[in-house]
Parts: sequence; structure tokens; C-alpha cells
Amino acid sequence: MIRHPLFLFASSIPGWMGLRGQPETEAQLRAQDRREIAQNHIVHSFFEWFGELGIFCARVISAAFNPPYEGRELFHQLDEIGSKSLPLVALAGAATGVVMSLQTRDSLIRFGAKSVLPAVIVISIIKETGPIITALITSGRVGAGIGAELGSMKVTEQIDAMEVSAVNPYKYLAATRVLACMLMLPLLTLSADFCGIMMGWIANTLAEPISLHLFIVEGFQNVTFNDFLPPTLKTMVFGLIIGMIGCFQGMRARGGTEGVGRAATTSVVIASLFVILADVLLVRLILVFFS
Amino acid sequence: MENMQNSGGPAIAVKDLRKSFGEQKVLNGVNLQVGRGETLVILGQSGTGKSVFLKLLIGLLKPDSGSIEVAGKELKGLEMDNLNQIRKKVGFLFQQSALYDSLSVEENVAFPLARNGPMAPGEQKDRVRNLLSQVGMESDGSKMPSEISGGMQKRVGLARALALQPDILLCDEPTAGLDPITAREIEDLILKLQKERQMASVVVTHDLRGAKTISNRLAVLHQGNILIEGTFEDLQKSHDSFVLRFMAEGAQTPCHEQSV
Repeated sequence: MIRHPLFLFASSIPGWMGLRGQPETEAQLRAQDRREIAQNHIVHSFFEWFGELGIFCARVISAAFNPPYEGRELFHQLDEIGSKSLPLVALAGAATGVVMSLQTRDSLIRFGAKSVLPAVIVISIIKETGPIITALITSGRVGAGIGAELGSMKVTEQIDAMEVSAVNPYKYLAATRVLACMLMLPLLTLSADFCGIMMGWIANTLAEPISLHLFIVEGFQNVTFNDFLPPTLKTMVFGLIIGMIGCFQGMRARGGTEGVGRAATTSVVIASLFVILADVLLVRLILVFFS
Repeated sequence: MENMQNSGGPAIAVKDLRKSFGEQKVLNGVNLQVGRGETLVILGQSGTGKSVFLKLLIGLLKPDSGSIEVAGKELKGLEMDNLNQIRKKVGFLFQQSALYDSLSVEENVAFPLARNGPMAPGEQKDRVRNLLSQVGMESDGSKMPSEISGGMQKRVGLARALALQPDILLCDEPTAGLDPITAREIEDLILKLQKERQMASVVVTHDLRGAKTISNRLAVLHQGNILIEGTFEDLQKSHDSFVLRFMAEGAQTPCHEQSV
């Protein structure tokens, strides 16, 4: 019998729509009962997860605003999440700049619009590519790291030990990490933007020499603060998602090392998915309010 | 903060405590009291809810019903701030020590001190040094938990549990996974600290020899209830078939095997 959640979900649709026929035998009745229990369990788990996430976010936000503040731990997390992600984010940004330069150049030549290449690279990178690449790279590195670290602390009772020491783990562990993610994502995005634009220029220069000054002037001549600030600052929302999901999945881990692995994997998958969905929404909002 | 030594009544009073996980009933109406300065040892088979009972006493789990009074305060319905005030009076030694991986031995012991009330850095250092010397770990303060043995981790866990000078100590299998010699050392240490500080203690263990050494009173937890309560001699005189079997098997099995 296929037990994949997607199959169970899909097979439940006829039931919701009243299309399923009446069971004829006792065996069919039992099989139908089992299916319905499994379907109810999936739906229940789905809503339970969102409910728990909501409660978790409320606890973290409340802990973050109530003194005493964990300044030392926050600085430690800024270093862990920011400084240590910098090389990877910068490399990803640089690679994106090179690829964009090579691909766009080819396309623009076909339409005789080669002269707008610097502007295309700069605007693409600062408006969308830089923020989303930074968020996805950070989601992979930091989301997995937070999920695994807190998951490991959970299954080895270190979080319980913190609670019995009258220390709020939502403040010490979660609020510091979430805040660090929110503060570092815009800075990491700036570094990705910078590396992307510089490598875009280098790749462009290798094909057809152009001075850096001219590239920058042409690239930024039509760029306004509305092109730059909202997309950069929207990464704070991505940071919030990455931090919250990583901490939430880590702090609800159970079941030993397998649970830790599951927490790390689900942190990355869910955070990346939510970042992409949030990006769709934020791009629309930015276009409405800052166009 | 009211000092427990000055208030009347038992250190811990549990009435009709019930706890289930789904369909599985773990505690089914437990009644227990622990007096001030008394050490109660809880014995029982694996999976009978001994650790769950300890976690209920410190508010890590919530009971389905029943009452838990710790240091004269009912835990039910307490706000987090008030619960934390109670937790400051209770030290907890975890089965696997639960030391923070990313902090050194010294930082582990200093962790509750640094986050519970202002304390001058010099005073905090002295307190940490004093706690580590009490458990014989004064020369290992800079080591990381992964660099020390299981027995040493238990010692550090004990020092951390005592950091806030609790009135009550809860120990979850303090000798689990240790060799017999180290297990005896940990028991002697608990006994010594118990005598020095006059704390009320609840110790969960399988180790009958250790239980005999450190307990004033013992309780056997079986099928969600306290089967028998009394001194070690009372348990030996019991005619209950489970207690008889438990005592007989326990006397024959080396303690380190029982504890694992």
C-alpha cells in the first residue's frame, strides 16, 4: 500500500468532495477507516505545526523585548552567522555576477542593446539576485547549523538544563539567533551585491575592455534609493524566517541523532521555501509602495 | 525571596499526580512527601516514569492532574517568572549530565550564576572555583565537556546544579553508565554535599547499593504508583512479589550494569 503523504493527501480529496462510494465489505470498511485516520493525522499535524510555530514566534518576540538582554551571546551569533557566512555569500554573489554578465551579454548583443549591459547587471543584482541568492545560501548554511545545534541541545537535554537554571532558552538561544540573522542578512546582501557587480565588470572587461569607472557610472545612472534600499532591507524578513524556522525545528527535535538530522534538513527545506514565498509577496509590496 | 528553611511544611509534597503520554499512563495517582534535609530515593524498572516524575517536580513537564508543591509553592498555574523563582531553589543533575557543549567546564558552572542576579566578576569566579573544588574538578576548569570522562561530567553537572545554592536537589540516575568505582565516588560526593548543605534530595536510581548509602527513605515506583515507601530495611522485609524480585535481582547485579 502506498503510504506517501502526498498520496494520502491526494487520495483524501474524493472523500472531501463526497465522491467516494460506500464500502461494501468489512475489509473495505476497515481499510477506509485506516485511510481516514491517516488523512486526519496529516491534516491535524499540518495545522498543529503552524499553531506551534505561531506560539514559538510569540514567545521569541516577547523574550527578545524583555530585559535582561543577552548582548554577549548576540555578538557571538553575529560573528557565527555573519562573519562566517561572508566567504560563501561573497563567492556566490561573485559567481552570479560572472554568469549574469556572460549570459546577458550574449542576449543583449542579439538585440543590439549591448550598451545597457552594466545597468542590467547592476539593477538585476541589487534588486533581486543579490538578496535572494544571499537568503538561500544563508538558509542552507545557517538554517542547517541552527537546526542541528539546537536539535542536538534538545535531545541531549541541554535546553532542559537551561530551563531548570531559570534561564529562558527562547531568549538566550532563539532570540539572539533570530536577531543576528535579521541584522546580518542585509550586510551579507551588500557584500554579495558588491562581489556580483565587481565580478560582472571583470567578466565584461575580459570580453570587451571597459573601465570600472565607466561601468559603475553606466550601471548606477538610473538607480535610485528605491531600487536599492527596499530590496536590501527585505532580507531582514528573510533573516527572520531563517532564524525562526531553524530555531523552531531545532527546539522541537526529538528522537536522538536521527531527530537532529531531521531538524537540520527540515530547517533548510522549510526556510528556503518560505523565503521564496515571502520574496514573491515582498516584491509585489515593494512594487506597490516604492515603484 | 522567601527562604525555604524558614518556612514550615515539607520541601516537596505531591498529591494524586497523574501524567499520560497519549494512551500510555505513566503516573497514575502518585502521592509523596520529602522533608527538609531528607533524601528520598526512587527505585523502579526502566520506563516506569521515574525521570518523568523528576521533570514534573521542576516544571519541565506539566501534569494532567494532581498537585505538586515545591518549597511551599504550588507549581500548577504558575507564571514563568514565578516558576523560575522556584527553579532557583532547586538543583537538577541530569542523567547524561547535559553540560553545554560549547562552553568550558568553568563556563558551564558559571552559566546559572551569570544569569541569575548581578554578581561581581571576582565573586562569581570565586564561587565557580569553590564549587569545582567541592567536586574535585578545580584543575579542569578550562577543559571542554568533550575532553573529560563521564564521571567527571557528572561532577561538573553536580557543581552546576549546586551553583545557585539550592534548598532541594534532584538527581536523575547519578551513577548511570559509570564504572562501579566512579559510581561510588559520585554517591559519596552526593552524600558529602548533602550533609554539608542539608538539602532535601530526590534521587532516581537503579543502583541498590548506592540507594542504601545515600537514602533516608526509599520509594518503589511500579505501574504508575508508589508500591512501597520506607527505609531500606522496610523494603527488604516487604512481602510484595515485585519488591522481593527487584531487591533480589538488584543485590546480585553489579551496580554499573543496573545503571545502564
